Amino acid sequence: MKSLAELAAIREKMKDKVSMREGSNDIRIVVGMATCGIAAGARPVLNAFVEQVSKEGLTDTVTVSQTGCIGICQSEPVVEVYKAGEDKVTYVHMTPEKVAKIIEQHIKGGKVVSEYALKEN
Amino acid sequence: MKELSLNVLDIAENSITARSTLINIDILESDETLTLSIRDNGCGMSKEMVESVTDPFCTTRKTRKVGLGIPFLKMEAEMTGGNFSIESKSEKEYPDDHGTVTSATFYKNHIDFIPLGDIISSICTLIHGAGRIDIVYTHKTPEIDVSLDTKELREVLGEEISLSEPEVLEWIRQYLSEQYNTHK
Repeated sequence: MKSLAELAAIREKMKDKVSMREGSNDIRIVVGMATCGIAAGARPVLNAFVEQVSKEGLTDTVTVSQTGCIGICQSEPVVEVYKAGEDKVTYVHMTPEKVAKIIEQHIKGGKVVSEYALKEN
Repeated sequence: MKELSLNVLDIAENSITARSTLINIDILESDETLTLSIRDNGCGMSKEMVESVTDPFCTTRKTRKVGLGIPFLKMEAEMTGGNFSIESKSEKEYPDDHGTVTSATFYKNHIDFIPLGDIISSICTLIHGAGRIDIVYTHKTPEIDVSLDTKELREVLGEEISLSEPEVLEWIRQYLSEQYNTHK
C-alpha cells in the first residue's frame, strides 16, 4: 500500500534538486484546458507532456502548465511552447502520440515540428 | 464530453477561476444513481448570474468564462432522467461564507448515461493545475471508499515541494488507484 511515509521519502529526495532549480526553467509548455480543450482531448495530452518531461529528465529546465481558452477552439487541443528569447510556437490538433516528437525535436533539439504547428495567416 | 470525469475537471476549473482556496469533489454512487458534487469557497455568483449560467445562449461577454461547461453537465444529467442544481453565495453578499455548489445526479442504468471514465487522471490533472488550491476528493460506492485530501499531502511535503512535481503526481495516481482496487 502507498503510504505517506513514501511521500516523505520523495520530499527528502527532491529537496535539494528543487531549491537548485529556482528560476532556471526557461522553457514553458502550456496546454489549453478550458471546456473546448478538455472536450477535444487535452487531458491525455497534458498528462503525456508531464510524463515525458519527467521521463527525459527535463524538469530542471521545462515547466508544463495549464491555461484557459486560447481562442482557437476549432483547433483544440492546443499547446503553446515558450522558449526564452524565441517566438511562441502553437501546436494544434494535439494528440498524446505527437508529444514524443515535440519533446525530442523541439524541446531537446531546438527545431520546431512544423507539421504540427499552427500555420500563420 | 466522452467521460463524466472530463466534466469534473471542467467544472472544477471554474472554481479555480473563482479564486477558491478549497475545492471539494464528492462522488456518491448507489446501485442506480451517481451523484456528483463540486463545492468551492470561491467568490461565488450573484442570483442573476446563477440563473444565466445554465443557459448557453444567455452567456454575455462578461460571463463568457462560464461558457458551455455547465450547460453540458446539466444536459448530460437530465438525459438520464437525473437532475442538476447550482447554488452560489457571492462574496459581496456573504463575505464570510461564500462559494458555489454544483451538483448533478445521473441514473446509471439509462442508455444515455455517460460513464465516469478516468477520474484518477482528472483529479491528478486538477491538482497539477490548481497550484496552492486544496482539493478534497471522495468517491463512495457500495463496493469502494476512496478519499484524498491535498492538505494532508502538503503537510508531508512541506513548503518547498509542489504537488505538481511529476514524482508527486505519480505517487497520487498510484495512491488513488490502489484505493480503487481495494474493495470493502
